[in-house]
Amino acid sequence: MASREFKDHFREQRIFFSRAVLAVSMVFILLGIIAARYYYLQINQHEIFDTLSDQNRMQLQPVTPTRGLIYDRNGVLLADNQPTFALTLVKEWVDNMEQTIAQLGQWVDVSEQDIESFYKRLQQRRRPYESVTLKTRLTEDEIARIAVHRHLVKGVQVEAELIRQYPLGEDFAHMLGYVGRINEEELQLVDPANYSGTQYYGKLGVEGHYESLLHGTAGFQTIESDARGRILRVLDRDPPTPGADLTLHIDSSLQQVAVQALGDRKGSVVVIDPTSGGILTMVSTPSFDPNLFVTGIDRKTYKALQNSKAIPLFDRSLRGQYPPGSTIKPIIGLAGLDQGFVTPEHKVWDPGFYQLKNSSHKYRDWKRTGHGWMNLKQSIAQSCDVYFYDLGYRMGVDHMHDYMARFGFGQLIAHDIDRAKSGLLPSREWKRAFRSASWYPGDSINMSIGQGFMLATPLQLAAATVVLANRGKWVQPRLLKAINEVDIVVESKPDDVTVNEEWYWDAVINAMEEVMHGPRGTARKSAAGTSYRIAGKTGTAQVIAIKQGEEYDADAIAEEHRDHGLFIGFAPIVDPKLALAVVVENGGGGSSAAAPVARQLFDAYLLDSILTESTEDIPNRQAGL
Amino acid sequence: MSNGDFVRQLPGAADYFSRPSSLATRLHVDVILLFLLLLLVVIGLVVLYSGSGQSIGEVKRQAIHFLVALVLMVCIAQVDPNVIKRWAPWIYFFGLLGLVAVLIAGTDAKGAQRWLKIPGIGLRIQPSEFMKLAVPMMVAWYLSDRSLPPGFKHIAGALLILLPPAALIAVQPDLGTSILIASSGIFVLLFSGLGWRWIAGFAGSVAAFAPVMWFFVMHDYQKQRVITLLDPAQDPLGAGWNIIQSKIAIGSGGVEGKGWLAGTQSHLDFLPESHTDFIIAVLAEEFGYLGIGGILLLYLLIILRGMVIAVRGQDTFARLLAGSYVMTFFVYVFVNMGMVSGILPVVGVPLPLVSYGGTSVLTLMVSFGILMSIHSHRKMLSQY
Repeated sequence: MASREFKDHFREQRIFFSRAVLAVSMVFILLGIIAARYYYLQINQHEIFDTLSDQNRMQLQPVTPTRGLIYDRNGVLLADNQPTFALTLVKEWVDNMEQTIAQLGQWVDVSEQDIESFYKRLQQRRRPYESVTLKTRLTEDEIARIAVHRHLVKGVQVEAELIRQYPLGEDFAHMLGYVGRINEEELQLVDPANYSGTQYYGKLGVEGHYESLLHGTAGFQTIESDARGRILRVLDRDPPTPGADLTLHIDSSLQQVAVQALGDRKGSVVVIDPTSGGILTMVSTPSFDPNLFVTGIDRKTYKALQNSKAIPLFDRSLRGQYPPGSTIKPIIGLAGLDQGFVTPEHKVWDPGFYQLKNSSHKYRDWKRTGHGWMNLKQSIAQSCDVYFYDLGYRMGVDHMHDYMARFGFGQLIAHDIDRAKSGLLPSREWKRAFRSASWYPGDSINMSIGQGFMLATPLQLAAATVVLANRGKWVQPRLLKAINEVDIVVESKPDDVTVNEEWYWDAVINAMEEVMHGPRGTARKSAAGTSYRIAGKTGTAQVIAIKQGEEYDADAIAEEHRDHGLFIGFAPIVDPKLALAVVVENGGGGSSAAAPVARQLFDAYLLDSILTESTEDIPNRQAGL
Repeated sequence: MSNGDFVRQLPGAADYFSRPSSLATRLHVDVILLFLLLLLVVIGLVVLYSGSGQSIGEVKRQAIHFLVALVLMVCIAQVDPNVIKRWAPWIYFFGLLGLVAVLIAGTDAKGAQRWLKIPGIGLRIQPSEFMKLAVPMMVAWYLSDRSLPPGFKHIAGALLILLPPAALIAVQPDLGTSILIASSGIFVLLFSGLGWRWIAGFAGSVAAFAPVMWFFVMHDYQKQRVITLLDPAQDPLGAGWNIIQSKIAIGSGGVEGKGWLAGTQSHLDFLPESHTDFIIAVLAEEFGYLGIGGILLLYLLIILRGMVIAVRGQDTFARLLAGSYVMTFFVYVFVNMGMVSGILPVVGVPLPLVSYGGTSVLTLMVSFGILMSIHSHRKMLSQY
């Protein structure tokens, strides 16, 4: 060996022995610490860690309820749930999100907007390992392509989901509304636990109003999952309560007749069953395809809809506010009778215009040559303006406002309809508050024929017609007929309209019958050859004011400035089965544009239903009168 | 005087010579140590089957590692310690060359260069693992011929031996192994009778050096491990995940455990590295505190048996080398069980002979082979 130093082997052995004893003591102490540490974790803290371990593997998961279906009164399906396949991604499994999406783009048509909304939803609330949809409604080909290439990408799944579908499409879009992806604001409005698994939310119409009924109650299940969120087994399950199936008063075939009758014109039709108040038809044209909105409409299509001059997204039946024109004459006439300003025999001379004393302004009749001597019945049947100018001037705004209000004008009257406009029923107070001016006699004259400030929606016109048809008895317009096939009862309603003498109703209704069936009635052409009797009233709402001394010439003015044609009516006169309001925008006069639409509806409903409707309805109706 | 009379005069000689020459003796195998090791290996394979997600393939591969390592252990046990002593400097320099080669042409594994690929035969070797054996060997070789306890000159000499490999491994970077290797050399110094003033001085300078390490030597991921130890909740899904999940696994095991193959933490993949560094958590979860107590006892018995062998060593070289190997083995156990239970930072130290992995099994079994060689090659009449 290299060194020749002095070595004391026994001393070295002694030193080593003492050091070894020391080392073994050290080993005992340190292993003792380890033993104490494991004792602390496994025995002292066992309960805590046991709970944590269970929390790790067991998760409470929401089970989304199936959305309720919507039927019309005859059981025709209006809103359905269609099973579709969606391409989803689980963020935690995906290594490189952009690369994965780019790769998926080779097999599936993924649009820019899909990607954008995917990232947006990725930011929203989500549980760990919750899948986020990239693209919905995969085609069979796409599913097959993903299945083939799936091993190349991580975290990609094809999931089955139920998507709302509207089989009858745009004819029912405004009335039904649609569902769309739930957004953050809507999440604020609902119980987060109940909606924790829900992707869709009713946005408008019936879908919106009855969201809570249609949605149902979420169920919950306790699942055991591994660290990657894979579900291994269900430990405990509390099933969801599916959303209620709704039956509406809507008659889908009548609704389609209305859509066809309006054709490509802008307008609206509201038909109500006067007995129940059930809305049989509620149409606004032009319309849009609600199916486009369910999984997210693409920006280009949405822009086109939004920028269209015909504003198809606008629901004219609820939000279109039109001057009611002559359609209110029966109500003004009723007010005149009830307040004693006129009698059925009272006559007014119509030279073609009306003039106040001390004024040169001429309030013109629509018939330039004038109607001559006119009583109330003739004035309604021929829509004489001068008679009502005189009545309105003498009766004044307060009485007119009072009676119009009792018929629901200026108010929200429907039972289960959101977003309706209340129209405008002017009064002295209103004019002072909003126009900072006092009420002039001329305002009363304009109001008497439904012009001037007054505005009403087609729904309001139809509701008022129901009250006329029922001789003052109010029924609130409503859409919902039954929940899960059990008919519902709605108690609250506005006060009935009462008049001093019951025959006032006969006087007005007879006059409305004369409109349709009289030799000089304004809508006589539309009632020709009916097997039933109709009571109706035409109206024409001016879009632009005609200057003094000028002639209205439909051909000379732009289409959007042409008059709106209006019609209200109900039939049959005895036991009315339907009351309706028709508005045709820029369609010209009420008798030429709106009344023919109404005739088609009366025919479609009465000629069919007289044959098909069961007899049990009739005694009920008589009992109700 | 007959031969027998002469023999009888030596203490312990009667015992030594009267024992029949069994197979174990002829094979230079220590039966007690072998039994304890085999018991540990079997327990390790049982736990590994559960920790690897019931992968029989993985258990088979590990069993092959053990078989190869056992054969190698028995082979090494045949080598006389004096031969080992003679070869120690060469082994050391060969290892040092390997470390330099790793630095120049090493292959990456998890961001650190630890492997050396030998072209042609496709074999990968890890010189740092080799150095775990070579460094104590070299320090023991150096000190065994000096007068002990060592003076300043020889302490400095010993430190000069262990510093280059420790530094070369630290820059790979593999601070854990570097510290383990340095400490295996220091164990030799301690067993050689290093003065208490020196020990106090070393401890003081390590404490003083710690901030320097923190700011200038340690990588961010290493610092992160220390931060994670102090507060695992600060990053529960990132660096803290391992330690939180392993504590849950251990704690939820309770006294009796959840039963073999019934540990939810490991089988549902909440526990990371459940077949390698964190395998003790699987054992704790499935076999409870009883299992932990059992395995701790087994480790303690192996350490005690090792220490007995070291104390009975023939010469200073054998004693120092055996003592250092036994203490290194203990450090493995302590650091691994400490880090998994959250009282030490997470450094990549496997649980000896239980964690999956061929390299550490091989190294450990070779060190036990050397222990057996030391124990079985004692010549009662030589050298004194």
